[in-house]
Amino acid sequence: MWNSLKTMWIIFLHMFHRRVTIEYPDEKPKIPPRWRGRIILSRDPDGEERCVACYLCAAACPVDCIALQATENEHGRRYPEFFRINFSRCIFCGYCEEACPTDAIQLTPDFEMGEYNRKNLVYEKEDLLIDGTGKYPGYNFYRVAGVAIGGKSKGEAEKEAPPVDPRSLLP
Amino acid sequence: MKRAAPGVNTARVCKCEADVTTIHIDNRPYPAKDGENLLQECLSLGFNLPYFCWHPALGSVGACRQCAIKQFKNEEDKRGKIVMACMTAAKDGIRISIDDPEAREFRASVAEWLMVNHPHDCPVCDEGGECHLQDMTVMNGHVYRRHRGRKRTFHNQDLGPLVNHEMNRCIQCYRCTRFYRDYAGGRDFDALMLRDQVYFGRYQDGVLESEFSGNLVEVCPTGVFTDKTLKRHYTRKWDLQTAPSVCVHCGLGCNTIPGERYGTLRRIRNRFNGAVNGYFLCDRGRYGYEFVNSGRRIRQPLLRKHGTAPLQLASKRDALQRLGEILSSGARAIGIGSPRASIEANFALRTLVGRDQFYLGLSERDSRLLASILDILKKGPARTPSLHEVELADAVLVLGEDVANTASRLGLALRQAVRRQPEKMAIKMGIPLWNDHAVREAMQEERGPLFIATMADTRIDDIATRTFRGPPDELGRLGFAVAHALDPTAPQVPDLSSTIQTLAETIAEKLKAAERPLVISGMGCGDKAVVEAAANVAWALCNTGHAAGLCYAVPECNSLGAAMLGGDSLESALEAMDDGAVDTLIIMENDLYRRTDAAMVDRLLAVTRHIVMIDHIEHATSAKADVVLPAATFAEADGTLVNNEGRAQRFFQVFVPGNDIKDDIRGDVTGDIRESWRWLRDIIVAAGRGDDARWSSLDDVTAACARAIPNLEPILHAAPSSDFRIDSQKIPREPHRYSGRTAMHANVSVQEPEQPGDPDSPLSFSMEGYPGNPPPSLIPRFWAPGWNSVQALNKFQDEVGGPLKGGDPGERLIEPMQGKKVAYFQNVPGGFKPCAGEWLLLPMHHVFGSEELSILAPAIAELSPQPYLALNPADASDLGLAAGDEVQLHLRQRTDAPADGLTGTEPMATAEIYRLPVRFKPELLHGTAGLPAGLPGLGVLAGIALPAWGELKKAEKGIAEKGKAEKGKQVEE
Amino acid sequence: MNEWTGIWANLILILAAVFAFSAMLSWIERRLLGLWQDRYGPNRVGPFGVLQIVADSIKLLTKEDWIPPFADRAVFVLAPAIVAVATLLAFAVVPLAPGIGVVDLNIGLLFFLAMSSLGVYSVVLGGWASNNKYSLLGGFRAAAQMLSYEVFMGLALMGVVMLAGSFNLRDIVAAQENLWFCIPQVLGLATFAVAGIAEARRLPFDLPESENELVAGFHTEYSSMKFGLFFIGEYVGITLISAMIVTLFFGGWLGPLLPPLVWFLLKTFIVIACFVLLRAALPRLRYDQLMAYGWKVMLPLTLVNLLITGAVVLSMA
Repeated sequence: MWNSLKTMWIIFLHMFHRRVTIEYPDEKPKIPPRWRGRIILSRDPDGEERCVACYLCAAACPVDCIALQATENEHGRRYPEFFRINFSRCIFCGYCEEACPTDAIQLTPDFEMGEYNRKNLVYEKEDLLIDGTGKYPGYNFYRVAGVAIGGKSKGEAEKEAPPVDPRSLLP
Repeated sequence: MKRAAPGVNTARVCKCEADVTTIHIDNRPYPAKDGENLLQECLSLGFNLPYFCWHPALGSVGACRQCAIKQFKNEEDKRGKIVMACMTAAKDGIRISIDDPEAREFRASVAEWLMVNHPHDCPVCDEGGECHLQDMTVMNGHVYRRHRGRKRTFHNQDLGPLVNHEMNRCIQCYRCTRFYRDYAGGRDFDALMLRDQVYFGRYQDGVLESEFSGNLVEVCPTGVFTDKTLKRHYTRKWDLQTAPSVCVHCGLGCNTIPGERYGTLRRIRNRFNGAVNGYFLCDRGRYGYEFVNSGRRIRQPLLRKHGTAPLQLASKRDALQRLGEILSSGARAIGIGSPRASIEANFALRTLVGRDQFYLGLSERDSRLLASILDILKKGPARTPSLHEVELADAVLVLGEDVANTASRLGLALRQAVRRQPEKMAIKMGIPLWNDHAVREAMQEERGPLFIATMADTRIDDIATRTFRGPPDELGRLGFAVAHALDPTAPQVPDLSSTIQTLAETIAEKLKAAERPLVISGMGCGDKAVVEAAANVAWALCNTGHAAGLCYAVPECNSLGAAMLGGDSLESALEAMDDGAVDTLIIMENDLYRRTDAAMVDRLLAVTRHIVMIDHIEHATSAKADVVLPAATFAEADGTLVNNEGRAQRFFQVFVPGNDIKDDIRGDVTGDIRESWRWLRDIIVAAGRGDDARWSSLDDVTAACARAIPNLEPILHAAPSSDFRIDSQKIPREPHRYSGRTAMHANVSVQEPEQPGDPDSPLSFSMEGYPGNPPPSLIPRFWAPGWNSVQALNKFQDEVGGPLKGGDPGERLIEPMQGKKVAYFQNVPGGFKPCAGEWLLLPMHHVFGSEELSILAPAIAELSPQPYLALNPADASDLGLAAGDEVQLHLRQRTDAPADGLTGTEPMATAEIYRLPVRFKPELLHGTAGLPAGLPGLGVLAGIALPAWGELKKAEKGIAEKGKAEKGKQVEE
Repeated sequence: MNEWTGIWANLILILAAVFAFSAMLSWIERRLLGLWQDRYGPNRVGPFGVLQIVADSIKLLTKEDWIPPFADRAVFVLAPAIVAVATLLAFAVVPLAPGIGVVDLNIGLLFFLAMSSLGVYSVVLGGWASNNKYSLLGGFRAAAQMLSYEVFMGLALMGVVMLAGSFNLRDIVAAQENLWFCIPQVLGLATFAVAGIAEARRLPFDLPESENELVAGFHTEYSSMKFGLFFIGEYVGITLISAMIVTLFFGGWLGPLLPPLVWFLLKTFIVIACFVLLRAALPRLRYDQLMAYGWKVMLPLTLVNLLITGAVVLSMA
């Protein structure tokens, strides 16, 4: 009983505290960089799409709001043919970013995505792709991975030995 | 319980029946089979023991060191020693530990070593998400890469349009070569180099020769070999909507799992059926699926306003209304069914037109052949074996059928059958059969008796004891001679050459000496004498007290089922048309131009007032129809197929074609694709006879069919009916990780469409439903917690390598008449006599190309040969032909075949002259020539019933080009 | 005639004022909660957000008035009306100031008790008619809670009656001329306040609608103005209980300098603010705690209060 009264007194005293509310539309809040807002697709340091269409973001998505189709260019570099996020379903949980092995998909501090028409919340690859590396500069999946793409043959990735010549007689 | 297992473990012919003993795993007793390897027993008991190189069908070699366990001497022994489970036999009282810390650490370190050179590319690897290496790495708990050195790399090879090569991912388990060389008999692929540089590939870039190369995709535990057709429209396993299905590209009825995403079929995977295909599929079955996505699909009803008007898109209502008008205006319609359509579809057509107006849609010769095969299997004493039983046969005679090309999976089964006799040596030496390397060392090049008598060389000749080449008549004579040698009461063959006589005696002797002799023949050489000769051999064996098997290869997925429905040939249909009482032709899933002579089909179609076509692919016949209705392929429909064994198997719809989804997701490719039986039901209703077909689901059709045709009654039990539920839930076609549900249609409408219902099966088009293992005929995919790769299959079998839990799916419709004496066939053909100036054209079958649907898949088309005419080099030089020259072919008029049921002797296409490049086949007899069967590039020639006589002439170089152009035109038609 | 117009004016004005005030209370409560929780509360519609209630009303009035097909229609419609009518009727006996008040009954206190008990029917019937398991559970809880707390609610007031010697509320106010009953009847005040909060189904005793277990309890299926009636009924209930506390324990309209009506309104407002503070500060009780609290603490306390008061009254006499 005493406890409850004490609580009430403390709460009552809050009358004299400063209000923490930020009056949002009039006053812009300061959003931390790791805020989980609008999702983007980033590019690697060479300006190519980072997304390799591995489908892990789609699999991780608890509301299944990511759909994509993988395709390859003539040199074997894989990328998404289309990449669609239905933001009217997205819950901004950030699992897609955690699942992404290439740092391609990232959540940004932008949250002002209101629309009058739900259709406008469906973002295609063109709407998602940005021109920079986003939060993670420097990483380029294809420089590390052992697949050959245009401009990088076998054995030219990081920490790779030159390819074995299967016709060599040397032991 | 006796267990029949495919592959290595199946060879129980001479092995003592498995005794159950007790083994102790981590101090608890478990039952196990005496002498079996511990890895298999542990997996059968449900333990998760990692492994790589072992495969239930390939046996143990102990190469990867991954299945390490601790073995203890006795109860007091606390130290134990590490052994490889796959190389240790389960003996009574053996004490082992899987959980022992030292064994765990050992296994983890093996995984770590294997990962030392593994590239950092799972995100772009097609195996990702269904990778055995991923599963095992997780199972071993290897998470951190300590190795800081450089990774070894390789260049890849281009292995053709089917299999993609990415050598960096290899972990050197040797499964690929063991399958490709040891199991499937391929020669052009091997392990090269040594130590950590071992390279699995060909001596140079090039198409893998074996027609089983696609199995490397499933055999490889990681992503070295992946499906190249899937790569073009790549989808992860968890995103594929799958359903149990049956292959439609030959008569064997292999079980498959097709996968769909975004409305297109993406790939086919093997669906284990211990009695049929076991662990492996042929490449035609695996890669032929792309016809479903073909641009030649009929997606909307087409109508012809009047006689010469072009076909125009029409609504479903208009088309049905038109059909109702035609059928209720007193017209008498006949229906032409198809051996590539399901029993239910054929039955629905039979119901529409009436039993007597139903025709099978085969040429006179083919329908007679089929009827006689069915008759032989039903009335004779010889049992038709399943593919698994073929593997168990220990002496085989192949008469007339090029099985490697017409029924490839049967060829693979024969490669196992020849191991049955030499395996006895290994058993005598005390080597358990799972010890693969030791067994092969013991066997060396020894093989069991396999005699191959065919028209031309086959790809399984390398394992044959003796081969024999000749035209069908000669093959038939050989068969009759063998039968006579086995049982003197069988008819004698007059004027037999001594070589054939001795060959026949050798064959008879070997067959007689075998425990499970088997005779294989088929419709491939189009000759009734060959079919009958094969029956005589099998019956002669049965009559002399040998349990002989008799296996006929039939060309299409439901040949036998259609034959059981009955129905006359196309020639009889023409006869009925000529009577004038009939004016409407309803053709279902059948391109008549592939069935018989073009001229005859032309006449048949010309005398008909209304031609109605129900099919999924545009072809020459559909182009002439007045009403075309879009039918569903195997992936869009459910139905029952009867394979060459007489096994009825249900295939289930994989996806709903775009038209049924409530929004217009597929853009302008929306359509009205529906199951043939649904179209036919609606036609029956439109014709005002709705009472005949009160069918709302496939079960109703199947039940009506079983009622109407008592022989087909077992098809009811081929799979559970549509009201089957587990825990009152349906079985989901989509895996529980299926992604993109709320985004895949969002570009069209943000309102998600309702999940389509499925009144026809206990499966649902959804990720919701019963999460456990369904009954064997309803398994939509193999997956188990921790086992994302195909190896999850282990969890679906009673005993690893054995039949599926609940028994292998399928219902046998045909059982032999035991103990009844049957009269032998007496029509021994005369020997082949060459005709001066004329050649007997023999059909040359091609695994890639001869089948109607698979050739529409780009990858198969790429491997299919160009049209050619094969000649003996001596004959060719007589004609003045050199390699690369073109030959003119002039078919003999069909006046010499009054027995074919044609009224009168119509001159057939007398002026048709064909030009074909010549190819040499030294094994062809003088006076015979080979013509590839069924290639679309042949144009109207594809429909000619072979063998047939024709005149050959060297083509003039100058006109050759022009001729080609003309041919090209015909093909387009 | 003149007398009748006076009564009617009294009646209509008071009831309209109570109704309007109760509606305003939703804004006041939210602002107060904001104040005590370091935020603003509704502040965007009109000055200081006072027009929020207008916006809310428009919203409630224009919402789809949905009656679930599985509901018992008649009862479903009736339920929200009961609560509003019952609490408003109870208000009729409250003396706001000398001469201001709807009726002057000499059994006013008993009338109040009778009417406020009727309110529970609304909740129970609403929960039952919704034909929904959560609603039904909410209704059950309400019934059990009312039964338990009703017992000592009446008893708690008996001390006041003994001291005043009358059931007439105006007499009771008059009896406090010298000493507000909150001093001699401090136990009675405490128990009546607790019972009143429980009666009004306010935090920490809002188990019938506890949204995190029962969706929204008895009014889960209600929407639009039917929901609005429940809502307003609850605020009228708060106002009623506050007014009764002021009347019975804090001398009603009595007070120096200011006019009596102002005193009454001021006191009532302060009690209401205390109720809101209670909501801002305390978590909801568990159901078994609620029951134990009612039967094992409050009831004995009330009886002790009665004994002592009785003894004192006897000895004084």
